[in-house]
Amino acid sequence: MRFVLRRLGSMVVVLVVVSFLTFLLMNLLPGGPEVNYLGPLYVEDLSLCEGTPTGDLARGCAETIDLRDKLNLDKPFFERYVSWVGNALTGDFGTSYRQEGVAVFDIINEALPTSLWLMVYAQVIAFVIAIPVAIYSAYRVGRWFDRGATAASFGVIAIPPFILALLLIYFFAVKLGWFPTVYDPDAEAVERLRSMFMPAFTLGLGLAAVYARLLRTDLVATLQEDFILMARAKGMPTWHILLRHALRPSTFSLITVAGIQIGALIGGALVVERIFSMPGLGTIIVESVLSRDYQVVQGAILLITAAYVAVNIAVDLVYGYLDPRVRHARAAT
Amino acid sequence: MPERLPDSALSEPLTSDAVFHEAPAEVVADALVAEPGGVAGEVEGALKRRLGVAFWIAVGWLVLITLLAIFAPVLPLDDPDAVGSGGKWEGTSGEHWLGTDNLGRDVMSRTIHGARVSLVVGFAAVAGGLVVGGFLGLVAGFKGGWFERIVIALADILLSFPALILALAIVTFLGRDMWKIVLALGILSIAPITRLSRANTLQWSQREFVLAARTLGANNRRILFREVLPNVLMPMASLALIGVAIVIVAEGTLSFLNVGIDDAISWGKLVFEGKDSLEQAPHVAFVPAGAMFLTVLALNFAGDRLRAHYDVREGLL
Repeated sequence: MRFVLRRLGSMVVVLVVVSFLTFLLMNLLPGGPEVNYLGPLYVEDLSLCEGTPTGDLARGCAETIDLRDKLNLDKPFFERYVSWVGNALTGDFGTSYRQEGVAVFDIINEALPTSLWLMVYAQVIAFVIAIPVAIYSAYRVGRWFDRGATAASFGVIAIPPFILALLLIYFFAVKLGWFPTVYDPDAEAVERLRSMFMPAFTLGLGLAAVYARLLRTDLVATLQEDFILMARAKGMPTWHILLRHALRPSTFSLITVAGIQIGALIGGALVVERIFSMPGLGTIIVESVLSRDYQVVQGAILLITAAYVAVNIAVDLVYGYLDPRVRHARAAT
Repeated sequence: MPERLPDSALSEPLTSDAVFHEAPAEVVADALVAEPGGVAGEVEGALKRRLGVAFWIAVGWLVLITLLAIFAPVLPLDDPDAVGSGGKWEGTSGEHWLGTDNLGRDVMSRTIHGARVSLVVGFAAVAGGLVVGGFLGLVAGFKGGWFERIVIALADILLSFPALILALAIVTFLGRDMWKIVLALGILSIAPITRLSRANTLQWSQREFVLAARTLGANNRRILFREVLPNVLMPMASLALIGVAIVIVAEGTLSFLNVGIDDAISWGKLVFEGKDSLEQAPHVAFVPAGAMFLTVLALNFAGDRLRAHYDVREGLL
């Protein structure tokens, strides 16, 4: 329990730091949201407005001051941050600068399912490939399959995601025509799985390579332990030893990294979402940064960070389930 | 790049610190660094002292591509920007070894000129990160105390931020010519390099020979630069190779988000341009993509082997 509380404490610290930094960073960028609203009318240097300006300048001044008042941009930086955090705590992330009147919450809420499904899909593909490969590699360490798998995973890791995406598009969409090149958000069930396959596979294959290597290394170590020898001595079938005895205590690194990836993939799949035109969180963030829609960026990053940290804590709790020894060690402290 | 919890990042010396990056590839640094035996694993543990044929092949490729990049202006290549030096989307021919793109420009020439930009960006950004981050980490690991705590806290804060988004923001802030991209990626590489450098320094500064030097009356500066630094240098250099690979990919990623270098051609930009003609002329995208892949593979592999080669924990003690 104390363990969980401590982790929750560090979660709050991380969230505060990241949200503050996001806020600061977005405020440092030149050409704030005012430019989006007012275009050439925007008067950056308000000292020009002193005295009695005329013509366009007068209009620009009036509108700039008006807008800054409306968006609260005339308040000091720190005050704005505090009020933003206060609102965020009640679920109000403000309204988008770019799409006037649309709540940031709704924008994120609409993009989130796409990102979540993509993440889950990619993880499933990664596990389906990585686990059997790792088990067989560890079972026959140093043999041709193991060497081949190691070399292959090294190669896959060196392929940048955007190149892998292009390769997949070329072979599976252009040459074979099995999958569509662009994600179709309106497709139903099976068709949707099909249209999401290529982006998910792009992410999943890279993950699979990493997962397979991690799991293989841990499995090799586990298989040298005494309880495996014991099981073997008792004449248990090989598959039983591999799957029921060795696998579970060997999944620590795998679970840790897979957990990190949950956080990293939600909103982190910027390029893949972009290549396959998926309206996910990554796409939203890129567009918002480029169009200075800070409200959306701030909300999205806060959400992603929260998800990331929460998953991390969850992963720590899973350790206890995977290996009773961890549970006992924790109970002792 | 994944955000990292300060306290999880404090654990294991060499394990954490994924570098700025997007989805799968950013675990690469983790995976490469995490597994003690590296690619060869425990199987070839006995052969560790030899770097192996594959290592030299990797080095050979890197030397080749670097030489091509350096001598690109004097090589008998077409002007990379010469529109219509061949027909549209030509295949391989004696005239254009690797074909031409949509404007009839020579793909091989463009790829080699792209190497100039991609390699400069990769090495320059990491070199910058290495000078700043390496030094900070070295001093932090050696001195400890408040200085270490502040440096590490700052690094953790930087790391807790999604790196690609940070890169986007910095590029929006600075601009998009080549040296500004180098600066942006260099800034991003400081935090992970600082952590790695500190971890390495910690490992070495507790060894007996440091104690011996101290007993002999050496002062801090001498110990730091004459005893610790030479030992930290090789593992850091090998990790830096992996860092270069990551930066080259990161630059490509920025190109794909349409915020890459705007005043020169890099591999990432070439691939990005080529993606629109995948159907008609796949070579336009896949030639620079292949060059990028081989270079990243070679850098990862060479870096990984070197790191294993110089690893203290597995050294032949």
